[in-house]
Amino acid sequence: MKLIKEQIPMKEQPPEVRKKNFEEVPLGYTKEEAILEASRCIQCPVHPCVSGCPVHVDIPAFIKAIKEDKLQSAIDIMNETNLLPGVTGRICPQEDQCQALCVVGKVGDPVSIGRLERYIADWEFNKNQGKKRVSISKIDPTGRSVALIGSGPASLSCSVDLVKMGYSATIFEAFHKGGGVLTYGIPEFRLPKRIVNYEICFLQELGVSFVFDFLVGRTATIEDLFKRGFSAVFIGSGAGAPQFMRIEGENLDGIYSANEYLTRVNLMKAFKFPEFDTPIKKGKRVAVIGGGNVAMDAARTSLRMGAEHVYLIYRRSRNEMPARVEEVVHAEEEGIEFMLLTNPVKYIGDEKGFVKQVECLRMTLGEEDASGRKRPVPIEGSEFRIDIDQAIVAIGTLPNPIISITTPGLSIGRQGEILADADGNTSIKGVFAGGDIVTGSATVITAMGAGRTAAASIDRYLKEGS
Amino acid sequence: MFKIVRKNILGPEIVQMEIEAKNIAPVAKPGQFVILIVHEKGERIPLTIADRDNDLITIVFQVVGKTTTLLAKLAEGDFLCNVVGPLGNPTDIETFGRVICVGGGIGIAPVYPIARALKKKGNEVISIIGYRSKDYVFWEEKIRSASHRVIVTTNDGSYGFKGFVTDALKEMLNEHIDRVFTIGPTIMMREVSKLTKERNIKTVASLNSLMVCGMGMCGTCRVRVGGETKFTCFDGPDFDGHLVDFDELIKRLDTYKEEERISLETLRKEIQI
Ligand SMILES: Cc1cc2nc3c(=O)[nH]c(=O)nc-3n(C[C@H](O)[C@H](O)[C@H](O)COP(=O)(O)OP(=O)(O)OC[C@H]3O[C@@H](n4cnc5c(N)ncnc54)[C@H](O)[C@@H]3O)c2cc1C
Ligand SMILES: Cc1cc2nc3c(=O)[nH]c(=O)nc-3n(C[C@H](O)[C@H](O)[C@H](O)COP(=O)(O)OP(=O)(O)OC[C@H]3O[C@@H](n4cnc5c(N)ncnc54)[C@H](O)[C@@H]3O)c2cc1C
Ligand code: SF4
Ligand code: SF4
Ligand code: FES
Repeated sequence: MKLIKEQIPMKEQPPEVRKKNFEEVPLGYTKEEAILEASRCIQCPVHPCVSGCPVHVDIPAFIKAIKEDKLQSAIDIMNETNLLPGVTGRICPQEDQCQALCVVGKVGDPVSIGRLERYIADWEFNKNQGKKRVSISKIDPTGRSVALIGSGPASLSCSVDLVKMGYSATIFEAFHKGGGVLTYGIPEFRLPKRIVNYEICFLQELGVSFVFDFLVGRTATIEDLFKRGFSAVFIGSGAGAPQFMRIEGENLDGIYSANEYLTRVNLMKAFKFPEFDTPIKKGKRVAVIGGGNVAMDAARTSLRMGAEHVYLIYRRSRNEMPARVEEVVHAEEEGIEFMLLTNPVKYIGDEKGFVKQVECLRMTLGEEDASGRKRPVPIEGSEFRIDIDQAIVAIGTLPNPIISITTPGLSIGRQGEILADADGNTSIKGVFAGGDIVTGSATVITAMGAGRTAAASIDRYLKEGS
Repeated sequence: MFKIVRKNILGPEIVQMEIEAKNIAPVAKPGQFVILIVHEKGERIPLTIADRDNDLITIVFQVVGKTTTLLAKLAEGDFLCNVVGPLGNPTDIETFGRVICVGGGIGIAPVYPIARALKKKGNEVISIIGYRSKDYVFWEEKIRSASHRVIVTTNDGSYGFKGFVTDALKEMLNEHIDRVFTIGPTIMMREVSKLTKERNIKTVASLNSLMVCGMGMCGTCRVRVGGETKFTCFDGPDFDGHLVDFDELIKRLDTYKEEERISLETLRKEIQI
């Protein structure tokens, strides 16, 4: 059979339509499309793709199963390493991970591993009509219990492994809903919440307990959790504290952190105000500051909230944008106006205290900095102003310090991250950590990988006491 | 969880509730608050923990918009969807000497646990509490039990002294005062802080910014204190009143005025039908 050089495209909502709704943008493969795409994998013996995946999904094996239309076995293969294929298939930065190393990529497009992953996850979701039944066989309970802090991907994956090993696992989440960033941060049009709910229901059925409205550090400290009888603690509290630029006018009304904006929309459903009670300002001319996934999500959300102009203001050039390529392309297609090599220096407000303009400087790229990216340098005298009525600051987040300041003896790094070794051990015996709280903002799949590694370490610790 | 065990109407639009919150009540300290959600489609609103007893927390709130209206409609035996806490840093309670607690309106409820703790710590506690008029007076006895001296004011003079709390405070400041605590409407806290700044008396104001998360991850609650941006829920809610940019806070509190009006009107229509 001749190799098809191009990826089988996935149908999408057209930009003109989708920018007015919150429905998912890519629509998924049909069976025929999936089999065709699966057949592009040449099952190469070295399969470098696997080493590009942080959790080493057995990519050739699951793709082979799709090709043979054995979807249940494809899902089983997947679940051995990756619990959330419906999530990762949609939002992994595949072009930097598994697909970056695919050999087919040398002669054409790499195999679309992510889309195939999504395909089998959606197949399973539909087959189960949104309610997965427990299919794993639990080993005898050990009678020991583990507390997990936060309900993001790190804790979710850690808890499943623990339950499978016979521990009881309790997740303590500060918010009133589970999922971490998957629920409060990433918008519906990129990751439908039914998928996250589906996985959380599944975990509950497996026996993972969820305690919502519980802020560790305030409701109880880690020490208290041990006193309550937990034998080990996993910290998966993420990197959720928003950063601001500390420039003039940043506290004017109408200026949001991306976290606030996205939390209002996703978690609190402000896009359905007044049916839902949480309000949000619907800007007509919106400036989004930043160039990562979060900035793209904020920009595309504000478009869907009715903005006429969305300016994406980023201080470097397009090459340095940390966002996934697909997100950048989608944003551009939808009409987000990119203002690259531009940096805000102050906001100007009206007499009521609402933002009405942002003043920016044009930038040029200078020497490479420590991260290997070219440093943006302001061009003197290049100030100009843009009329806006809303701004969303998406310049990154830091680990939330509540746990570190309330846990004596826990070693913390310069950015407030919890220091943990490759196995997830922190400076306190019996306390483990993984995900964004350790690495700073990273990806869903690395957080899940860290959760699994920590589960194995917790098991060793509880068995051997080391 | 979160059962409303007791409900009392304290005055016009002022409601007290005792809520079952097993995880929160035993650890709550003066100055801390909760965030609660009233129904499935509800918003998250902050309310101070005004008292606690075993597994119960007491909240006292004024009906001002949709969420507090819905909350006030709940009866004993009903449940709240969600309550998280205790949030924020406890008020710094030490032996300062002679202190004044200035509470205005609904802010009088959160003053109570602070005054009580200050008294217990050996301070001489003078409380100045201001109400709109006689009908609005609540918790006077509780405040008296937590203070050595109490001055009650009403705007119209229908009870206690006629005038604002600041009028009473001005006179008290002729005595030696070591510290002032103030909770109430933002404008009141601004004026209290202005008065005490003139005399260089350290003043702690408990701020009531808008909030969503209550744990330092959204930035809704940011306030400027001494030129720096702080998060009320995480760094506060208590701040040095002499350093707070109250005017910015007042403007930020008005961000959703229009939406709040729509919310309340929609609710009123629904209730009528
Ligand atoms: C808008 C946005 C878009 C993104 N897009 C992508 C993408 O396309 N692809 C990708 O791979 N990654 C993306 N990411 C990054 C990815 O979501 C994170 O790397 C991942 O979610 C980290 O998982 P985690 O489990 O470490 O923490 P989180 O998902 O952050 O979850 C932490 C949870 O802990 C809770 N918590 C915090 N402190 C406490 C406490 N003291 N007590 C109790 N609970 C607590 C929080 O409320 C939260 O629910 C995106 C992130 C954002 C914000
Ligand atoms: C830390 C903290 C503790 C608080 N403790 C109490 C308390 O013990 N008792 C109590 O009654 N209220 C307290 N508040 C204020 C309370 O949260 C608001 O009154 C409530 O959110 C109003 O919700 P709503 O939907 O009923 O009204 P909305 O529709 O949100 O607002 C109606 C009106 O109230 C004003 N308003 C809204 N939010 C606030 C606010 N945060 N502060 C002052 N005015 C506001 C609006 O400007 C508007 O005029 C506290 C606030 C904070 C931040
Ligand atoms: S989990 Fe992510 S990186 Fe791994 S195979 Fe799937 S899409 Fe690729
Ligand atoms: S590298 Fe590409 S072709 Fe080889 S096994 Fe992986 S997906 Fe298939
Ligand atoms: S309310 Fe979210 S940071 Fe304070």
